[in-house]
Amino acid sequence: MSSSTDHNVYFIPEPSKLPIIATIALATTAIGAVTSIHAGQINLILPAGFLMIAFMFFSWFGTVINESMSDSYNAQVDKSFRIGMLWFIFSEVMFFAAFFGALFYARTIAVEWLGGASNNAMTHELLWPAFEAVWPVMTNPDNAKFVAPTEVIPAFGLPAINTAILLASSVTVTIAHHALRAGNRKPLILWLAATVVLGIIFLFLQAEEYIHAYTELGLTMGSGIYGSTFFLLTGFHGFHVTMGTIMLFVMLIRAIKDHFTPDKHFAFEAVAWYWHFVDVVWLGLFIFVYWL
Amino acid sequence: MSAVIEEIQDDHHDHKPTGLGRWLFSTNHKDIGTMYLWFSFTMLFVGGSLALIIRAELFQPGLQFVEPEFFNQLTTLHGLIMVFGVIMPAFVGLANWMVPLMIGAPDMALPRMNNLSFWLLVAAFSLLLASLAMSLMGMGSAPNFGWTFYAPLSTTYGPDSTDYFIFSVHLMGISSIMGAINIIATIINMRAPGMTYMKMPIFIWTWFITAYLLIAVMPILAGVVTMMLTDRNFGTSFFDAAGGGDPVLFQHIFWFFGHPEVYIMILPAFGIISQIVPAFSRKKLFGYTSMVYATSSIAFLSFIVWAHHMFTTGMPVATELFFMYATMLIAVPTGVKVFNWVSTMWQGSLTFETPMLFAIAFIFMFTIGGFTGLMLSIVPADFQYHDTYFVVAHFHYVLVTGALYAIFAAIYFWIPKWTGNMYDEGLGKLHFWVSTVSVNVLFFPMHFVGLAGMPRRIPDYNMQFAEFNAIASVGAFVFGFAQLILLYNVVKTIRGRSTEKATDQVWENAEGLEWTLPSPAPFHSFTTPPTVK
Repeated sequence: MSSSTDHNVYFIPEPSKLPIIATIALATTAIGAVTSIHAGQINLILPAGFLMIAFMFFSWFGTVINESMSDSYNAQVDKSFRIGMLWFIFSEVMFFAAFFGALFYARTIAVEWLGGASNNAMTHELLWPAFEAVWPVMTNPDNAKFVAPTEVIPAFGLPAINTAILLASSVTVTIAHHALRAGNRKPLILWLAATVVLGIIFLFLQAEEYIHAYTELGLTMGSGIYGSTFFLLTGFHGFHVTMGTIMLFVMLIRAIKDHFTPDKHFAFEAVAWYWHFVDVVWLGLFIFVYWL
Repeated sequence: MSAVIEEIQDDHHDHKPTGLGRWLFSTNHKDIGTMYLWFSFTMLFVGGSLALIIRAELFQPGLQFVEPEFFNQLTTLHGLIMVFGVIMPAFVGLANWMVPLMIGAPDMALPRMNNLSFWLLVAAFSLLLASLAMSLMGMGSAPNFGWTFYAPLSTTYGPDSTDYFIFSVHLMGISSIMGAINIIATIINMRAPGMTYMKMPIFIWTWFITAYLLIAVMPILAGVVTMMLTDRNFGTSFFDAAGGGDPVLFQHIFWFFGHPEVYIMILPAFGIISQIVPAFSRKKLFGYTSMVYATSSIAFLSFIVWAHHMFTTGMPVATELFFMYATMLIAVPTGVKVFNWVSTMWQGSLTFETPMLFAIAFIFMFTIGGFTGLMLSIVPADFQYHDTYFVVAHFHYVLVTGALYAIFAAIYFWIPKWTGNMYDEGLGKLHFWVSTVSVNVLFFPMHFVGLAGMPRRIPDYNMQFAEFNAIASVGAFVFGFAQLILLYNVVKTIRGRSTEKATDQVWENAEGLEWTLPSPAPFHSFTTPPTVK
């Protein structure tokens, strides 16, 4: 009855404390972030906010999992969740679009114009006549204020390996999905675990790369527009990989607990979509940040 | 009746949850809609008070009441509050109330997320208004860079409170995105059997398209404030030419968000007017299909016109021409809408209850705002008008006599359905006439001082602008206090002691599922889906 596709069956949750907890958690985090930034060191409010967010996610998803396991949801709820996840991912795409837009603008317009392109000969002459428009920018217009990097990271080293890792992880998660749909739990757990491991390896290598950039190449957030776009794009991507890996790990635990059935496993699919999205963003990064 | 709804709703199916918990923990679209509307109404008075301080200062040339530094904070917060705290929440509140009623659903698709959207907005505005309170107590400055927060005013020169502002915008963004996802999921998934897309009421269509705009551009806003945050605190140089960045990049990203945002604030208004005009003309809406296509075209065009806000930044001529022509193109679908409304009224059997008065005033005065927009789209003319009171007049005609008037119209139109009581028609008409006369006294002279060159956002001005500014200030105070009539009328209607009871149909010729429900609408709108022929 409750899993009927009949629209006569509606599911409306009871009043819930979760949204208020989420609001308090996010507001605390915001206040903690600003006070920490202003004080120049991390205070107690910020980690308290993060803990509250973690608690909120734990309770919220716990509630949803319980409702799902007790068969409260019908096909209509399932579809609402699908629509919700798809458009959430679209909003994430647009978030990255802002940073890719900044990268393209900086590369093709801001840096070029500072070098005198288009009708900006006088801008170049009067502001920083010594500045040369090249990408990556190896000498900033005001190289004392923003010290440019000595070297940038070549595409066909670590980034290429990372590309292979993420592409492989998209394959493994798909194999896991096929196993799930065929009702084979063992390969599901195995391939899902492989995906989690690949995610962790990616993050480890990315951390390596950051350390290398900061300590040996002088490539930092403060090294001009190249470092700015590089670190915000790869940084937000890395953050998303971290979230995706945690989500995959939760799915692994749920697979081990036998939560999924071949025709009812929306959570798994949502995480898989998210993972593919993170993968596609990386391809954009590899091409436009590292390679071209 | 469903098994599920009885199982889960058993304890409060017919009686609502009580006390503070009813509001804090709500999963009910009507309660959440009501909270959004009251939040918006409260913010209207907060933002309006700031505007009145601005108009008091501008009543005469010279400095009277406030320091220039505080004047900057006033214009900034007035803009932010009115855009993000009044117009947007009012439309979301109307969507919450009306979308399930109009499509024949019991509630929104994702009720818990719905509540989170609302309370996050409260948290965001607490952060923002806290900085104003601190400023009033002499502890630092509130944001003072205009509601558009251009770099480097907001990066290099922004006060400490800017960082609170940034996170406040993040919270508003999360709130809006979740609200929009909820509306999309509801409209796609919860329509009554038989209600195909092309049978949806126009208000649903306009909100459907608005929700897509929100999901597309709120993340862009989040991106640009994040760049501000790292430019201010973590050494990046997105908006600093010394590091190879560009302050104009800020304007590009901001307006890529900002222009669709403008349509986010007007498309639901179009929807409201398209519901009200047919009801009081006793005719079907003229050109339903063309309305849907016109709304979609406006939404599409909103993504390719952003740089018309930046004609004076020194872009190449080819770019300016492209944005000029693309902007002018918007007049075509907008014109389709205006002509459709007028054609709907043509040979109709018109009556002029308060919602219809506001709707007709909307058509007339929004069109004035549209025409001045067309003037502003002309590049060489814009070089003259840029950053003058002409721009201020233009966007107040679209946002006050446009968006806000549509919200007023919607409140009068639907409040009998919400409360079960008719509002006081006499007071409604009084509110309309006082508002409509005063709002034109307030904003129309701004066209003249703007064309004569009076710059916006400046607390002092040349003697030559004195008369028109004095007139505008008088209009401002009358318009501001006229809104108390609405407040009184709304409270009176809710209490319902001295008002008539509303019938289920409420308006003689209004069409739509919302009028098939009892007035007031039951706590869970449609527990069994109606069929739409």
